[in-house]
Amino acid sequence: MPSTIKLWDFSGGIHPAENKQISTRRPIQAAGIPGQLVLPLQQHIGEPAEPVVAIGDVVLKGQKIADVSHGMGVPLHAPTSGVIESIGDYPVPHPSGMTDQCIVLKPDGKDEWCERFPISDYRTLERDQVLGIIHSAGISGMGGAGFPTDIKLKPPRDRKVDTLILNGAECEPYITADDMTMRERADKVVAGLKIMAWILRPERCVIGIEDNKPEAAATLREAIHGTQIEIAIIPTKYPSGGEKQLIQILTGMEVPSGGIPADIGVMCQNVGTAVAVSDAVFEGSPLINRVVTVSGEAAESPGNFDVLLGTPIAYLLEQAGLQHDLVSRLVLGGPMMGYTLNTTAVPVIKTSNCIIAATASELPAPPPEQACIRCGQCAEVCPMELLPQQLFWHSKATEFEKAEHLNLFDCIECGACSYVCPSSIPLVQYYRYAKGEIRVQRAEQLKADRARERFEARQQRLEREQQEKELRRKERAKAAAQAQALKKAEAEQATANGEAVDERAAKSALVEQALARKKASSEASSAKVTAPPEPEPEQETPDLDVLEKQFSQALSKLETMQAMLGDAKAQQADNVDKLERAVAKNHDRVKRAEEALADARKTLAAQTEPQSIK
Amino acid sequence: MAFVQQSSPHAHKARPTSKVMLWVILAALPGLLAQTLFFGWGNLINVVWCIAIALASEAAVLKLRSKPVAFVLKDNTAAVTGLLLGLSMPQFAPWWVSAVAVISAIVIAKQLYGGLGSNPFNPAMVGYALVLISFPVAMTTNWAEPALLWDKAPGFGDTLAAIASGQQTAVDGWTMATPLDEYKHKIATHTSEEVLVHPTFGDGFARGWEWVNAAFLAGGLVLIGLRIITWHIPAAFLGALIVMSLAFGSNADEFAPLSLHLLAGGTMLGAFFIATDPVSAATSHQGKLIYGAGIGVLIYLIRSWGNYPDAVAFSVLLMNFAVPFIDHYTPPRTYGHHKARRGFSGGGRS
Repeated sequence: MPSTIKLWDFSGGIHPAENKQISTRRPIQAAGIPGQLVLPLQQHIGEPAEPVVAIGDVVLKGQKIADVSHGMGVPLHAPTSGVIESIGDYPVPHPSGMTDQCIVLKPDGKDEWCERFPISDYRTLERDQVLGIIHSAGISGMGGAGFPTDIKLKPPRDRKVDTLILNGAECEPYITADDMTMRERADKVVAGLKIMAWILRPERCVIGIEDNKPEAAATLREAIHGTQIEIAIIPTKYPSGGEKQLIQILTGMEVPSGGIPADIGVMCQNVGTAVAVSDAVFEGSPLINRVVTVSGEAAESPGNFDVLLGTPIAYLLEQAGLQHDLVSRLVLGGPMMGYTLNTTAVPVIKTSNCIIAATASELPAPPPEQACIRCGQCAEVCPMELLPQQLFWHSKATEFEKAEHLNLFDCIECGACSYVCPSSIPLVQYYRYAKGEIRVQRAEQLKADRARERFEARQQRLEREQQEKELRRKERAKAAAQAQALKKAEAEQATANGEAVDERAAKSALVEQALARKKASSEASSAKVTAPPEPEPEQETPDLDVLEKQFSQALSKLETMQAMLGDAKAQQADNVDKLERAVAKNHDRVKRAEEALADARKTLAAQTEPQSIK
Repeated sequence: MAFVQQSSPHAHKARPTSKVMLWVILAALPGLLAQTLFFGWGNLINVVWCIAIALASEAAVLKLRSKPVAFVLKDNTAAVTGLLLGLSMPQFAPWWVSAVAVISAIVIAKQLYGGLGSNPFNPAMVGYALVLISFPVAMTTNWAEPALLWDKAPGFGDTLAAIASGQQTAVDGWTMATPLDEYKHKIATHTSEEVLVHPTFGDGFARGWEWVNAAFLAGGLVLIGLRIITWHIPAAFLGALIVMSLAFGSNADEFAPLSLHLLAGGTMLGAFFIATDPVSAATSHQGKLIYGAGIGVLIYLIRSWGNYPDAVAFSVLLMNFAVPFIDHYTPPRTYGHHKARRGFSGGGRS
């Protein structure tokens, strides 16, 4: 049955060799339990989880081993039963090849489940309860950046989701994890989608599949029978599976720059995420495994594997028959947007969808970069309708503000421009560089602004203190002058009274006069000397009122920040990260203010106590 | 085991610049063939000579600039510049005129600006305009009389000798004013019918020239079909020329008719092979339309009211000047933006 759903096209796009048949010949296979599972505490954007187990703890399959106490994130679970072997830094999947905090689990081979609480009819629950189940199951988006699914499923109240899209486009070459999942687990895909639709209550619910996956489309069509769910067969064109592009194809609408799909009443969810949601609700199982494509010509028996999270890629590659002498590069993700690995020690995480063990002839090194001839091929294929050659020009010349003006930050780094560049320029690399530099510059600007504000505040305070001192000095001088005048008057009075002039009295008046002069001058000079270099002169005698005021100010600020963060999270805004950092900082500030207050009280008590004893 | 570390994308399927340029050369061959058939061996000899000079001067400058000579020469861009000049020069242009044109194109217009990709002006047209202004006699009196190659045109040896000698007198018997030139200078004192009896116009529109232009048009369409160039610049170029001609040139006793504008002179070569040089052209689709239309309008203005019978070189160069300005105001609207972010106080392409 051909699709009758109205489709739109997106600008540009390319048709790279699909190479998907490599990994679709066999059904999904269980990869088994490796000798060791390495579970990074940060598997998605947002806050890393914190371990809730200790080294040596025995854990059951599905038991929570790390949780998120504050900020955006989801908990982490033991993928099988075993012993916590260590908690420390291990290589994690990241383009930089960095290490990060991981929990290492040594499986005991029993694969013994913890107690689970499956729910047969989620409709009897509150929507927030189901969101809670999704959160505690540790589900984050399994297609892209891994945004926590429960937060995504709870858009702010003013952003009603009219269209729920299940992204089954899977447009990147090689990757077939979603394809095979749809073929073999269509019921779970649809069940998960239904749960999400029940939560969101959209008017339209549509699954987008590229037309190169007819088997998946056929099984899904059976699975959606009797539901309102639509299936849209879209033309194969990279990057149709990009969120923004798929939304454009299916709705004709564009996600506003800097915004999120919910701004136009749309939400995209991934096929794997839908399965995870279904498992979480109907089986009570947390997210502890995922389907990973292992492909490439250096793999003897490529295919899709059902892999426990934390499985080292080395183990997985062995399952797929890696030919060590043939492999030249390992790509995690697809050939268009994935990144190369420098070690097979990194584990599979929630967002790992594909590993390509490529031979040198399969993904050859690009020829040396030549001059840009401004041919415009890049602009022709850019799905975001940017001017890649101009962005390149400005990025290379480090004219970042111009690159930004030409919407550098709208670039989705799909790689279509680099793919077609006749001069073999690594364009995406230039854009990443420019974006990174701009981010650093922004951060530094922020820091500089703060430093300037601090400096100016300090200058003002010093000036104020100087003025106050000057005022005090003048008052003292005045007082001294008055005292002198008084003495003089008294002396005059005495002479007038006919008393003999007391020499000593006259002398003492002179001495006093001199003392007053000296005091005034020394005070002025000491004020001059001490004013500029003095660091933090106050705090000597604790002022309880001030400290209390500081504490309450910090507390109220923290509260507003937390409220803002809550809003931002609900809206899934971009600044969540920033706000979280701000909250943490304010948290610290409150703590410090509190401590200072406590200290002050203590010292005051110490000062007053001996007096009272007396 | 050390794995290759590279930034994405890992897959590439590009038509390398050298191949793009090779296609440009191949697409120009029908035009060269037509030129040879109708105007004798002159263009072929010019093309070979110009390409040789272009490669030699490019290699010399690369050597001076300590750049990898073989690597850059292989991009075929110098060959294209030589080819375009060879196709544009009068058939009997003395060898040194062509040499001056090519050397100034490669050395001054291209390499001194930083080499491939950095030249603001179309190198071939800089060379052409330079010799057109510097050697007006050589550039206007050396056009071959249209005659089929096997009919009565001078033989290969005679042509080669004439070009190599650089002597004006050697070729007088074989040359003839170009149709645009003839029309432009006679129409002031004659009627259209009187002008058109001149043999340069032949039976059709412009003897020989119509076939040359048709061949360049065909080659240009191939380039569009291969997605080496987009339709925007040629369409706007020819469209503007047609509109201008229809608006101002309806009286054939005053200005050259549209058919001559399109099929005589360097119109099709200019529209598909010269104005489309991506380095010196505008960037966005909208910008390309403005750029191409500007060239078409300028060509008509210069041909009708200027001093030169043909005007591709000047028009292209004038619009090259305008490219940064055009680029400034014609960026495309990016996905997710209400409108394009036009202009920028910091300047566009520097």
